[in-house]
Amino acid sequence: MKIKYCDALVIGGGLAGLRSAVAAAKKGLSTTVLSLVPVKRSHSAAAQGGMQASLGNAKMSEGDNEDVHFADTVKGSDWGCDQEVARMFVTTAPKAIRELASWGVPWTRIKKGNHEAVINTKRTTIFEEDNKHGLINSRDFGGTKKWRTCYTSDATGHTMLFAVANESLKLNVNIEDRKEAIALIHENNRCYGAVVRDLITGEIAAYVAKGTLIATGGYGRIFEITTNAVICEGIGTAIALETGVAKLGNMEAVQFHPTPLFPSGILLTEGCRGDGGVLRDKDGHRFMPDYEPEKKDLASRDVVSRRMVEHMRKGKGVESPYGTHLWLDISILGREHIEKNLRDVQEICEYFAGIDPADEGRKGWAPVHPMQHYSMGGIRTKPTGESQTLNGLFSAGEAACWDMHGFNRLGGNSVSETVVAGMIVGNYFADYCIANQVDIKTEVIEKFVFEKEAYMKELVSKDSGEDVFRIKNRMKKIMQEHVGIFRDGNGLLSAVTELEQLYIKSQNVAVKNKQLSANPELEEAYRVPMMLKVALCVAKGALDRTESRGAHTREDYPKRDDENWLKRTLTSWKDGNTMPTVEYEPLDIMKMEIPPGFRGYGAKGNLIENPLSAKRQLEVDHIKEEMESKEKDRYEIQDALMPFELQEEYKKRNVRLGD
Amino acid sequence: MARELTIRVLRYNPQDKNELRAYFQEYKIKEADSMTIYLALTQIRETMDAGLSFDFVCRAGICGSCAMMINGRPRLACRTLTKDLPQEIVLLPLPTFKLIKDLSVNTGEWMDAMSKRVESWIHSSKEIDISNIEEPIEPEVADAVFELDRCIECGCCVAGCGTKLIKEDFVGAVGLNRIARFECDPHDERDAEDYYELVGDDNGIFGCMTLLGCEDTCPKHLPLQNKIAYMRRKLATVKGS
Repeated sequence: MKIKYCDALVIGGGLAGLRSAVAAAKKGLSTTVLSLVPVKRSHSAAAQGGMQASLGNAKMSEGDNEDVHFADTVKGSDWGCDQEVARMFVTTAPKAIRELASWGVPWTRIKKGNHEAVINTKRTTIFEEDNKHGLINSRDFGGTKKWRTCYTSDATGHTMLFAVANESLKLNVNIEDRKEAIALIHENNRCYGAVVRDLITGEIAAYVAKGTLIATGGYGRIFEITTNAVICEGIGTAIALETGVAKLGNMEAVQFHPTPLFPSGILLTEGCRGDGGVLRDKDGHRFMPDYEPEKKDLASRDVVSRRMVEHMRKGKGVESPYGTHLWLDISILGREHIEKNLRDVQEICEYFAGIDPADEGRKGWAPVHPMQHYSMGGIRTKPTGESQTLNGLFSAGEAACWDMHGFNRLGGNSVSETVVAGMIVGNYFADYCIANQVDIKTEVIEKFVFEKEAYMKELVSKDSGEDVFRIKNRMKKIMQEHVGIFRDGNGLLSAVTELEQLYIKSQNVAVKNKQLSANPELEEAYRVPMMLKVALCVAKGALDRTESRGAHTREDYPKRDDENWLKRTLTSWKDGNTMPTVEYEPLDIMKMEIPPGFRGYGAKGNLIENPLSAKRQLEVDHIKEEMESKEKDRYEIQDALMPFELQEEYKKRNVRLGD
Repeated sequence: MARELTIRVLRYNPQDKNELRAYFQEYKIKEADSMTIYLALTQIRETMDAGLSFDFVCRAGICGSCAMMINGRPRLACRTLTKDLPQEIVLLPLPTFKLIKDLSVNTGEWMDAMSKRVESWIHSSKEIDISNIEEPIEPEVADAVFELDRCIECGCCVAGCGTKLIKEDFVGAVGLNRIARFECDPHDERDAEDYYELVGDDNGIFGCMTLLGCEDTCPKHLPLQNKIAYMRRKLATVKGS
């Protein structure tokens, strides 16, 4: 049996994993990154539109700072987020973007003088002053008060991923691709690394480390139609769940993106609407202002997705052989803008829909439909990124629920989170690896490895049993039909019931191809039962949460219920069970910097208030008033409202133009 | 009427010691509207041949995983529509990369080695204070860097390169493009002499035979030939002049 030792083990080679690895390598730790695919192919590469950071450089970003970014993020989360984490995030994001600039990310820069932009379908001139020339530019995105999304055309994730991957190579991080962690090695509530399968040779080895960090992204592929890459199957989340010790947070919080291309599911960035594109119905009518007069097409993603479905239910969708869809019109931005700032979007439209979105009028409209896009839930962690229940296990990025997104994530905040969490959590993780030793017996490690080796042999030895593809496709259908944008008790109950049956069936899969090496069917055979566990956590969490919050919309419980549901769902899985164990972790209103309130969308009364909200609001108002009268600055006021811990180098004040 | 496609795939599993030689396997499937090679191969795997190996990640033309030889040319399979191809489609793995199995090749190993060889990261002596305002960069310069930074390491240029086919250690257009990318990035302090040390030989900038295969096959339409020519002129002046 092969055992490989390192100080810091990172599972997942996207932006969060690689940036965490850089943090560990910088502290002198021997660091290994495991990745299903060459790391530069990670799903982070698909992030198009940009990364939120309150630099406040551009004209339309003036006045932006951490406080504004924080308020947008908390409201965006529908008060489901951990406000301390959101504070850590907004404070570090400007540093992250400046660090990336120094690593060579060619951020689109501000050009002095007059510029044309399309705002609310009207051509508008924006003037940039001389002193801003050459600083990092930003574009508009949904749910934000300022233009805050920094970008490189519409290939932001790609340029960021390459810069961070190259930085890892520079620091001699040991990157091993086509390696899959299939179980965590743990004993006495401490994690010691992972059992790892080589996807080429099929060899199973133990990777033992002082600390382990999971950054494997989301679990969109449990749904039938998703913008996620085919590797986003939630296996990293599942191996944490399967320890029976680590817990998952808010798995029912699943985001649907308003404008993937229909029917292929390939994402067209929110930057399309951020730059001035609009949604239209079958009559060519721009319908979003009818529903959301204030934010229109740039309301939060959950809101726009729901309004689109609502509008299609009214018969306003466009019928096609694949089903009903709506149109995204970016032709009004003009060919020049599209060919410079939305080039990948143009290419995607050309290749996958046979249209040129720069063509004027209906000819250039792209068929779109909301689809699964982002997993707000994930491995539940403390603000340091460490699991509350399994020591030495850290998680960062979309795989984690350190919880800055709550029940709805703002566009541009996830790609930002990957790097920011990589910096913050990566540092805490590295410190843990420095402070702790590996003290586990080889026989314990062997037990984990032998178990998986036996499991693989068993899978290929069975002559008859279930077809894994059929089970997988059925799971995706169920999730699509009953655990989608609009949910209700009956649908969710039938989903949970059938998913459980499917999970039981998945224990009896027979693999037709008998090779232990490079065998895609075998990979499906061991992944699908794990995916079903993840799916059950999502569906059961959604069934039990009898309210509507952020992206979780219950038609039978349309109100946000702060009285009963201002709490985080925790799911865990006991060995041998066929259903997750669900428990809850309350959010403490009395510690919030922004107590729960009206989010600014839809009807105002659609909320069951918690009496503590008003109480805390009074307290907050009082503190603010008192501090202001003493002429304290915004940093001191913030500290008085909600102190938060953060590494010194990241807590440092961000300098902006005009400071 | 929907066509019946004949898809011929090169099969070979180097992991299997009993499999002595490569062979073609033929699959017949009904063409669907807007079918891509990605959709066709996925359907084949799920319904006809579960053991068929191939690579897709983003399936949107962004990540570069799925480059393969499609009727003789290196292309991204995810965005190649079957309707643009004849009824018979021949799929082979990319040449010059190590074969994993069937259509799956090990580009990661090669690309990481290439990145290390050209030291594909910013070389700077400056200490950056990340809480301070960033260094201003001319917008046109940032755009020019971005133009070259768009490479997705799919390997099409390497597979389409005559030089690489005869010269094992040739760094390929992907590597030379990386040099050009850092050369125009103001954050990077390296000069022509430094780049000469990295690629100033026959396996680097002077090995290119200008057959244009790289630029012809680049799915991102990078100006590879121009940039190679530019770097060659630049580096040719470094020594012996």
